[in-house]
Amino acid sequence: MSEVPGPDTVASAHSSPDTPQPYAELGMAKDEYERVREILGRRPTSAELAIYSVMWSEHCSYKSSKVHLRQFGEKAPENDALLVGMGENAGVVDVGDGRAVTFKIESHNHPSYVEPHQGAATGVGGIVRDILTMGARPVAVMDALRFGPADADDTKRVLPGVVSGISFYGNCLGLPNIGGEIGFGAGYIGNPLVNALCVGVMKHEDIKLAQAPGPGNKVVLFGATTGPDGIGGASVLASATFDDESHAKRPSVQVGDPFMEKLLIECSLELFAEDLVVGIQDLGAAGVSCATTELAAGGTGGMRIQLDRVPLRDHRLTPEEILMSESQERMMAIVEPAKMADFLAVCEKWQILATEIGEVTDVTPEEAERGGRLVMTWHGETVVDMPPRTASDEGPVYERPYARPAAQDALQSDDPAALPRPADDVELREQVLRVLGAPGVGDPSWVTRQYDSYVRGDTVVSTPHDSGMIRIADDSHRGVALATDGNGRYTRLDPYAGTQLAYAEAFRNVAATGARPLAVTNCLNFGSPEDSGVMWQFAESTRGLADACLQLGTPVTGGNVSFYNQTGDVAINPTPVVGVLGVIDDVRTRLRSAFDTDGDRVFLLGETREEFGGSAWADVVHGHLGGLPPRVDLAAEAALGEVLATAADRGLAAAAHDLSDGGLAVALAESALRGGLGLRVSVDGDAFTALFSESAARAVVAVRPGQEEAFLALAADHGVPVAEIGTVGGDALAVTHPGGVVQIPLEELRSAYESALPALMDGV
Amino acid sequence: MTARVGVVTFPGSLDDKDAARAVALAGAEPVALWHADADLKGVDAVVLPGGFSYGDYLRCGAIARFAPLMSELVPAARSGALPVLGICNGFQILCESHLLPGALTRNSSLRFVNRDQVLRVENTSTAWTNAYDEGQEILVVLKSGEGSYVADEATLDELESSGRVVVRYVGDDPNGSRRGIAGITNEHGNVVGLMPHPEHAVEALTGPSTEGLGFFTSILARLAAGTPVRA
Repeated sequence: MSEVPGPDTVASAHSSPDTPQPYAELGMAKDEYERVREILGRRPTSAELAIYSVMWSEHCSYKSSKVHLRQFGEKAPENDALLVGMGENAGVVDVGDGRAVTFKIESHNHPSYVEPHQGAATGVGGIVRDILTMGARPVAVMDALRFGPADADDTKRVLPGVVSGISFYGNCLGLPNIGGEIGFGAGYIGNPLVNALCVGVMKHEDIKLAQAPGPGNKVVLFGATTGPDGIGGASVLASATFDDESHAKRPSVQVGDPFMEKLLIECSLELFAEDLVVGIQDLGAAGVSCATTELAAGGTGGMRIQLDRVPLRDHRLTPEEILMSESQERMMAIVEPAKMADFLAVCEKWQILATEIGEVTDVTPEEAERGGRLVMTWHGETVVDMPPRTASDEGPVYERPYARPAAQDALQSDDPAALPRPADDVELREQVLRVLGAPGVGDPSWVTRQYDSYVRGDTVVSTPHDSGMIRIADDSHRGVALATDGNGRYTRLDPYAGTQLAYAEAFRNVAATGARPLAVTNCLNFGSPEDSGVMWQFAESTRGLADACLQLGTPVTGGNVSFYNQTGDVAINPTPVVGVLGVIDDVRTRLRSAFDTDGDRVFLLGETREEFGGSAWADVVHGHLGGLPPRVDLAAEAALGEVLATAADRGLAAAAHDLSDGGLAVALAESALRGGLGLRVSVDGDAFTALFSESAARAVVAVRPGQEEAFLALAADHGVPVAEIGTVGGDALAVTHPGGVVQIPLEELRSAYESALPALMDGV
Repeated sequence: MTARVGVVTFPGSLDDKDAARAVALAGAEPVALWHADADLKGVDAVVLPGGFSYGDYLRCGAIARFAPLMSELVPAARSGALPVLGICNGFQILCESHLLPGALTRNSSLRFVNRDQVLRVENTSTAWTNAYDEGQEILVVLKSGEGSYVADEATLDELESSGRVVVRYVGDDPNGSRRGIAGITNEHGNVVGLMPHPEHAVEALTGPSTEGLGFFTSILARLAAGTPVRA
C-alpha cells in the first residue's frame, strides 16, 4: 500500500490553487465548481469539495425541483393546525388536546434496486430518524412500493428482498406497519420504488428543530460509529490512498442495524424529556456534512469541529470519507456544557456511544454576512473553513427546461372506448376474476403478513382496510389516520389530473375510515429532470397537487423528490405518491371495509361515468394505457369525505370502502371477502361500466337496517349522489343488471384474490 | 391489595408497553423492571415481553439470559415461587435460561409471520391459564420470525405425558412447531412460555378479540387466592 499523504488543508489550497480537482467525478457541474471557488476565494480543499458536492447534489439540494416545490408554500391554504411547515426534517400538525403529529414519506428507490433488503431497511431507518429528530416518538410506519411485472425474474429478486428489509427493520424497531400500497408495472423493472412513511406523536412543547444556538455549546455525535458504507463519490477524493480494487469492495449501500436504532430512539426520547439538547439533527444522506452545515446554518452560523474525534469503525477513513459516509443510526446534538454529564449518563444507560466533536462558535458580522463560518480540523490542521449556509441553503437552483412531450397527444387520443368489452355475462364474470386477481389489485397479504401491525397496541385500523389508524394517547380516544396513494398510469396520461387523483384517493381513504383529512406529505418519483418531457410531468404534477391542497385546505407539510428513476431513455410512469393524514376525535367510531353483518344495506355514493383511461381493467385485460384518466372533482371529493366522516361520527355507517383500482367490482369483492359474507347487488344500465369504471369520488357503505333514511338524508345534505344497490348476505357476490346476472361464489372470489402473489413469489 | 406484576424491559424489548397495558386492564398494577437492575422490586409475578432483546444477536434470547435482573428471576422462578410469563421473545429467553425445555427456531416459511391465530388451551391449572376452560379455543395474535418450537422426541413425549403443553395451534401450521406446540409450562406450573401474543388480544378496538386477557386475569386470581404455587 502506498504511503498515506497528509490531508488537503486550507493552507495547501491557498498554496496550490491550480491543483486539478475531481469535481466532475463527484457529480458537480463546472459552473458549480467555479461558484465554490468564488465563495471561498480559493480552490476548495478535498474536504470542502466533498461537502459541497453532496450538499449540492440533487438529492440534498432539490436544485431541479425547488422552483416547482415552492408552490406548496405559496399556495398553502390557511390552516391553523400547521405548527411546522416545509423545510424542517418533517412537518408538524396540531391534532388537538395539546398534541401534535409529525409525518413524512421518503424514497429509498435506488439503494433498494442495488441491494433490496438493506436498501429498504435503511429507508425505514432514515425516515424514522427524521420523525424522531422533530422531538416525536415514532409510532407507526407504512410503505408505498412499486415493482416490475410480478412474473419478471428480477421482481422475484427485488420484491422479497425489499419486503424482508422492511419487515426486519420495522418489526425490530417495534413500530406497527399500518398500511401502504403495492403496485406493478413494466417501467419499474430496474427502477423499483420504495417509499417509506413514518408518523410520530408529541406534545406541542416538545417540538425540536435543527439548530445550533449558543456559542460554547457542545456538538455531540451519538449512535453508531462511522464506517465506509454509503460513500458514493468520496472514494474519488481518496483515490491516492487505496487501489481501485479495494474501492470496488466498498459498499455504496448502507447497512442497517435496527437494534441500534431502537436504542437510539429510546435514548433520544429520554434526552428530550430531560431537556438535555438545544438542537438536534439526524445523519442521513450526506452524513456529517449535512448535519454540521444545517445545524450551524440554523444557529449562530459558527461551528468548530474536530473531525479526528469522530469515532470510526475503520480507522483508515480520510476526512473526506468521514464527511460523506452515510453510516446509519447516527444523530448529532447541540448540548449546553452544564448538561453534558447528564447527557452522557443517559447515553450510557442506553449503551449509546456519544462523543463531543466540537462546539458552537460566535461569528463576526462579516462572517455572518458571508453565510457563517464552519471550521473543521484534522489532527490540528484546518481542512474546512467555509460559510455553512452556502452549502445548506444557498445551493444551485435550476429552472430546467420543460415541454409537453410530442407523444402526449397520441397517448391521450388512444381512447379506451375503442377496446372490446365483454360480450356477455360469462366474459364479464371472467374479467371480474382476472382484474381481482391481478398483482397490485389482488390480496397483498403475502407482503403485509411479514409486517408487525399490532405492536404498541394502538393500531385501530390497518391493512387491508382503507387507511391505517392509530390511537395517539392512553388518556384520550383521539386518533390519526394515514393513507398513501399514487397511480402512475393516471399520471402518465395527465400528470396534473393524475396527481390530483392520487391525492383524492388518499383523501377518500382517510375519510372512509371515519377521519377528517388535515395535511399532506408527498414522495415525487420521476425520471430524469434533464429530460424536458419528464420535467413537464413534474411541473404539471406539483402544480396539480398544490392546487388540490389549496382547494381542500390541506397543506403540504413536507416530502421528498426522487428523480432519475429511469433505465436508459425510458422513464418510469411518473409516480407521485401522496400521503394524507386525517384526525378522528373518537377512534371507537372508526370504520373498516369488511361488510360482515347479514342484512346490512349497501349504498353507493358518487356518480359513475364511462371512465376507463388508465383503469385496471384496460391494463389487466388489454394491456392498454391511453386516453384520459377519470375526471377530477375536488368539491365532490370533499363532500364525499364529509359524508363518510359524519356517518362514522353519528354511527350511521357500519362499514365503508372507497372505490379505486378495478372500480365497484373490486370494492364489492373486497368488502365481501373481508366480511366473509356475500352481497346481493343490482345495478342500473350497463353492467360493465357499473362494475369497472374508475370514476373518482365514490365509495360503498354498509348501513344497518333502520338507518337508511338518516343515511340518505346525510348524503342529500351534502349533495352527494347516493343509491341503495343491495344487501349483505349469502355466500356469493351476485350482481343483477337489466340484461342478466353475474354471480361468483365467495370461495371462487377468494381463490382469485388470494392466489396471485403467493403463486408468483413462493419458491423464490 | 392490588397484585403487582413486573414487566421487564431489555434493550430491544418492544411489547413491554402492551404487556403493561394488559396487566392493568386485568386489574393488576404493572411495575416496570429494568434489565440492568438485579432488583425484582418485590413484585408478585413477572412478564417477559416480546421484542428483539439485544437485537436477537447470537440467538434470540441468548444474551438477555445474562442480564443482571435474570440472576434474581431465574432462581425464584425455578423454585416454583415466582410466576413468570414469557411471551414470544420472553419464551425464547425462558428456553435460553433453561427454565423451559426446547428452543424456538426460524419459522418453516423462513419469513416473519403476523396473523390472527386460534389456540386451544390444554392446561388450565397453571398460574397463567386458570381463567380458561380446558379445550377452550381462543383467538390471539401470532407475530414472530423464530417461532418454531423444537425439542427432542423424548422431551416432547415428556411434555405431553405430564400435561405441560399449555396451548396448541389450531388449524394450519403457522411456523413448523413440533406437534403444534404454541406454549408450555414447567413442572410447577408457575413458568409459562408462549409464542403467540395474548397481550394483543385484550381490547376489541385494537385486537382480533379480547380472549387473551385470560392469561392476565388468571395470575390475579391465583395471587388473590393466595394459592401457593406447587413447590
